[in-house]
Amino acid sequence: MIDYSTRMNPNVQALKPSGIRKFFDIANEMEDVISLSIGEPDFVTPWHIRQEGIRSLEDGKTWYSPNRGFMELREEICKWFKRHYHVQYEPKTECLVTVGGSEAIDSCIRCLVCPGDEVLIPQPSFVCYQPLTEMAGGVPVILETKAKNGFRLTPEELKAAITPKTKLLILPYPNNPTGAVMRREHLNAIADVLRGTDIMVLSDEIYSELTYGDTSHVTFSNIPDMRERTIVINGFSKAFAMTGWRLGFALGPALVIKQMTKLHQFGIMSAPTVSQYAAVEAMKNGDSDSAYMREQYDMRRRLIVDGFNELGLTCFEPEGAFYIFPCIRSTGLTSDEFCKRLIQEEHVAVVPGTAFGNCGEGFVRVSYSYSIKHITEALSRIGHFVQNHHADML
Amino acid sequence: MDQLLTLLSENARLTTRQLAAMLNETEENVKNAIVKYEEDGVIRGYKAIINWEKVDVNNAIAIIELRVSPKRERGFDEIASKIMKLPEVDSVYLVSGGYDLAVIIHGSSMQEIAMFVMRRLSTMDSVLSTTTHFILTRYKADGIIMNAAEEKDGRRDLSCD
Repeated sequence: MIDYSTRMNPNVQALKPSGIRKFFDIANEMEDVISLSIGEPDFVTPWHIRQEGIRSLEDGKTWYSPNRGFMELREEICKWFKRHYHVQYEPKTECLVTVGGSEAIDSCIRCLVCPGDEVLIPQPSFVCYQPLTEMAGGVPVILETKAKNGFRLTPEELKAAITPKTKLLILPYPNNPTGAVMRREHLNAIADVLRGTDIMVLSDEIYSELTYGDTSHVTFSNIPDMRERTIVINGFSKAFAMTGWRLGFALGPALVIKQMTKLHQFGIMSAPTVSQYAAVEAMKNGDSDSAYMREQYDMRRRLIVDGFNELGLTCFEPEGAFYIFPCIRSTGLTSDEFCKRLIQEEHVAVVPGTAFGNCGEGFVRVSYSYSIKHITEALSRIGHFVQNHHADML
Repeated sequence: MDQLLTLLSENARLTTRQLAAMLNETEENVKNAIVKYEEDGVIRGYKAIINWEKVDVNNAIAIIELRVSPKRERGFDEIASKIMKLPEVDSVYLVSGGYDLAVIIHGSSMQEIAMFVMRRLSTMDSVLSTTTHFILTRYKADGIIMNAAEEKDGRRDLSCD
């Protein structure tokens, strides 16, 4: 008998599985579960975008694309990015089409991080940065963002964490799970700390099209002097409801993109061809779709924030993505207990904040990527739950 | 406040507070707008959309095509006005094409509807002919898919998202 534990990389075995999973097994057993846990759009990819994918299949375009992605797509990505975020990238050398934003994050971290390098990771944040850093031999340095700062990274927190070994800063905004957004003034303050260092920045802007309020998303590469140190990660999943197409991209300095392209070439070869044809249409003619979806999310966001505040589960106003991150301490429960009991007693699934870092304790992630009917029903069940638990405490 | 109408047309049970939150308006403004819409006859009522097939009651629905001869001066209005006052009648539409009025009728059985058409509709003066189509299955009505199972969320809970 092979002892597999000795045959496999101990670093891989030591990785902790994502904590989002925990409650779904319970949820799957129940009939009438209302979930507010899913992190993807409830919209279906707009028809005209799907149609371009279908057309490419009908035309028999079923071969590999160039490693970096079709030139036409890269050109359209760069045009889209310029049109929306006002930074020019060179499609030939500064753009890489990847299998979702996730692959771009992976290859960017592996490309930049050497063993012993410190990677600054603000948390709560998406679950992949820490394990990917560890696999590259890097040392994750967790920056715990605070509710009182709207879960933004502050320049003081950043400055305090920088050492001579700091190689890379992850900027995960608009943020999953908190919905926090870094506006231009916040990014300027971060840039002031970085200017004069050679710390690189991975700016994960996958939710860039889902920013609410009067001002739209600002890419970190638009901040003076930051373009040269920034790899922008973005993709089609959130802006165009294209999660299943698995398509993202990285924009950055030519020399970095060139090295990332090698990892992509050997590990992936090229992103799915059918998805790239659909994506060209999204870039060219999808602006109004993004705007429509943003408007719908925005209404749901206001509905759910108001609903939670009414229940006494205060949440700061999330300005981006499609999550709220309410504080549940008033129930006297931990995040884990809250989620477990909520699903057992009221059959509503949400994700404990601790799945996104230890500092998520006392919070839960609630997705509003659901219909209004679904959200109002969930709110009324959560209301019932909170009433019971507040009564318990008295 | 057009968005208010859209929201109400999709779900009339949202509270004023919820509507106000979604529209970024005060509750007062939303309340006043609704009253105004009601007074102006823009909002004509609120009702539930029911899948009668799930309820153990006898229910039949038919779409009746009516060919009628229009009256001088009043056109189709006179006959339409007579028909729409009958309580069995759910909807009356003047339509283009091969016939003039489309009338939707609810009854407790096909028999009852057939009798109604025979005795009440076809006997009216200006009615030239009727064609009755009984509804066999309602897949979707008023924008709502009747079988809730068909509306299932196709997304899966993932460990990473």
